[in-house]
Amino acid sequence: MEVPILKQGAVLIATFQAALSDADLNQLRMGLVQQVVRFRSRAVIVDVTAMDVMDSFASRTLREIAHMIRLRGAETVIVGIQPEVAFAMVQLGLTLEGVATALDLEEGLAYLNEKFKTTN
Amino acid sequence: MSAGEIRVAINSDQDIVSARQRGRQMATEIGFSTGDATLIATAISELARNIVSYAVKGQITLKMVNGLNRQGISVIATDDGPGIPDIRQAMRDGFSTSGSLGLGLPGVRRLMDEFEITSQPGRGTIVAVKKWRQ
Repeated sequence: MEVPILKQGAVLIATFQAALSDADLNQLRMGLVQQVVRFRSRAVIVDVTAMDVMDSFASRTLREIAHMIRLRGAETVIVGIQPEVAFAMVQLGLTLEGVATALDLEEGLAYLNEKFKTTN
Repeated sequence: MSAGEIRVAINSDQDIVSARQRGRQMATEIGFSTGDATLIATAISELARNIVSYAVKGQITLKMVNGLNRQGISVIATDDGPGIPDIRQAMRDGFSTSGSLGLGLPGVRRLMDEFEITSQPGRGTIVAVKKWRQ
């Protein structure tokens, strides 16, 4: 299952689907970093609203995406972690330390606009 | 509502997704809340991931169970892999995880109500967990 990546100005928006396999996540990680390079993006928003489960692999992949993108000099914001998914992540002992998160896409964009003082 | 059991063969990362989807579906049929169904699906995802990471193949068996005045779901993960040499160590928080790959067994125990593990080096591992409907 492909994850659509949308280009909105200097921001790339990746929208996760419910049933992503490890292979899909790995592919997305590479795809996102390549597109950040290609479009000289300043930020990436990963929208996980539709994700039903965030297990250890998914969390680790998200952290890796954020770190790789930071090495490119761009920002990552994870948006839309559902309350029950957040609860399960905490029980499982998973964290997204050092990765920016926001309530939803709108808040994520607002956070980035504030951070970069740019307009879309 | 069927009292049947569902077996999901776990051979690849795609099977992890199927197992947790079937588990969520069964949990919903039993009447678990969305929140609890998410906890169950997450536990199944981790158990299936351990099979793929450490044993390569195995299976997840999902079953509705009846307790005294309550219903629940039983999830049993079995494999014929190398087994876990030191279960006590594997059950310690932060032994292999802290968000890395697999063996998040202490986390799985927190997600569920009952947790049992049997492992024989060289013969395989069985992890049996249950969650009861509130």
